[in-house]
Amino acid sequence: MNLDLKKLKLRSVNEKLQSIDRKTNSRKFTISNPEGNHAICAGLTENIEITIKGHVGYYCAGMNQNANIIVDGNVGTGVAENMMSGKVHVKGNASQSAGATAHGGTLIVDGDTSSRCGISMKGIDIIVKGSVGHMSAFMAQSGNLVVFGNAGEALGDSLYETNIYVKGKVKSLGADCEEKKMDKKHKSKLKELLKKVGSNIKPDQFKRYGSARKLYNFNIDNVSNY
Amino acid sequence: MKNKTLPRQSWTFDEYTNSEIRRAAETGIYDIRGGGSKRRLPHFDDLLFLGASMSRYPLEGYREKCTTNVTLGTKYAKKPLELDIPITIAGMSFGALSGPAKEALGRGASAAGTSTTTGDGGMTPEERGQSKNLIYQLLPSRYGMNPNDLRKADAIEVVIGQGAKPGGGGMLLGQKIDDRVAEMRTLPKGIDQRSACRHPDWTGPDDLKIKILELREITKWKVPIFIKIAGARPYYDTALAVKAGADVVVLDGMQGGTAATQEVFIENVGQPTLACIRPAVDALQDLNSHREVQLIISGGIRNGADVAKALALGADAVSIGSAAMIAIGDNDPKWEKEYEKLGSKAGAYDDWHEGNDPAGISTQKPELMKRLDPKKAGKKLSNYLKVMSLEAQTIARACGKNSLHNLEPEDLCALTVEAAAMARVPLAGTSWVPGIKKK
Repeated sequence: MNLDLKKLKLRSVNEKLQSIDRKTNSRKFTISNPEGNHAICAGLTENIEITIKGHVGYYCAGMNQNANIIVDGNVGTGVAENMMSGKVHVKGNASQSAGATAHGGTLIVDGDTSSRCGISMKGIDIIVKGSVGHMSAFMAQSGNLVVFGNAGEALGDSLYETNIYVKGKVKSLGADCEEKKMDKKHKSKLKELLKKVGSNIKPDQFKRYGSARKLYNFNIDNVSNY
Repeated sequence: MKNKTLPRQSWTFDEYTNSEIRRAAETGIYDIRGGGSKRRLPHFDDLLFLGASMSRYPLEGYREKCTTNVTLGTKYAKKPLELDIPITIAGMSFGALSGPAKEALGRGASAAGTSTTTGDGGMTPEERGQSKNLIYQLLPSRYGMNPNDLRKADAIEVVIGQGAKPGGGGMLLGQKIDDRVAEMRTLPKGIDQRSACRHPDWTGPDDLKIKILELREITKWKVPIFIKIAGARPYYDTALAVKAGADVVVLDGMQGGTAATQEVFIENVGQPTLACIRPAVDALQDLNSHREVQLIISGGIRNGADVAKALALGADAVSIGSAAMIAIGDNDPKWEKEYEKLGSKAGAYDDWHEGNDPAGISTQKPELMKRLDPKKAGKKLSNYLKVMSLEAQTIARACGKNSLHNLEPEDLCALTVEAAAMARVPLAGTSWVPGIKKK
């Protein structure tokens, strides 16, 4: 079923996708003429597949649960923010705060993401085939961030337990983020993540970054790092 | 020597100041505590009601009607919040407070016909189960933020700031992070949890407008969206909150409490509650939104007189946090010996972040939590809320008002020049409103 945002209002498009009748309705949708609209596919709960044909604005697929959303274009700030489950695949580039605070599911960006990709992420897997901007994975709590390209300044600043894998160069690491040993467990997890995007790149080509855990409990001797 | 002068303590270097200098020198860390500003500030105590007189007649106490109910979220929400009294319970997190304490707040608020609010830590089933009207906070950390809970909420409160620390984030120290709190916040047990001061996915009022659109789309435009701001720049912050699409603005002055932050922050950043109300009302009036976008005032509300004064200055409702904690047992003198062991005393205990609260409220220790019976504590809170409402009604009737919301600045005078200037009411015994030029 096609939903044309030139003819339909955002509320009716989202209402349709938020109120799927499990027995009767089709499970495949396309959205045409998104024209940079915000909050498209926000708050979906069902295991449906949606292809958005064009560029979208802020918070596309916000708080997604179960849905599989493909954006055939670029996305604005906060794509898949606070996602709980499901999959969001951006074929273009993503703006700031991609996958912010998301608890689960998978976000794939074929292009680059701007600053603060994966900020405060809480369990999501984010795979960026291009590069990520500055302050990515800031205060990231859990989950995995995989970057095929480069990472900007202050990667993983004030990091908690997220694993970051970068194949390219890292401009600088943020406070309490350090390069970590890539052991068998991490290689196997990374291999699994690479498989999700059909990549044959060997995990050995990535470096792993994680928390040095020095800022986990306040200590005045570390004050210059806060 | 016959005429020896008495030892003279410096006003600048008083005993408290000196003790803090010594503590800082010994520990090398700034003082962290809970609560709001403890310094003497211009406050509602500096205002008086005039009462009825020759020119207006009073209403009969208890017999003539004086309504207290308020509807919050009338501008955009399909289901505005209908409250029996204009006193809500402010956001306090599970984590900072114990499960039984959160349950008590829910029980008390529901019994008194009002709402309670989650905090930086998500929604607990105890709280949702016991709260007829529950406001779900969206904070920068997004700890425990979950769309299922979002859809269970009766309103959503986007928190921009807190009166105790405008521009500051939060910190829940590791001592309070037990298994349940850690799991709800997706962080390891026992580590300090830093809450960011800015939201992760928007930076200014133009972005916030879009964020609110997203929240409305997820909740199908059913519930009101509140924006909570600290008492920083109340005119502009209120105006921008209205522009961003708020149904309700919650404005928290510097007497408003926090679970934990630096003493220097609490006492030196932000404006007193009294100073914030008129500029916020100005902003609403300038945008033709007064009473359409409701204003909730918080920070140092203690009794029905404070409620009546806040409403007279233009608020639609007030919110209480510290007072609600005291009502359910915080700082109760019955725990005096234990407060002393902790180096404090009843009425002054504010090391809530350490998790050793003898009253079982700001703790996660099972043996302390057990001390708080949520049913009994909830009953105390509902009693207190009802007393506050009766007190406010008493004052309103004396001013000849058949609704708390009919109180107005004209009903007030001020005891000090400062309060007169802030509240824009005449200094008692004069017609002088400092700062207002006579036309």
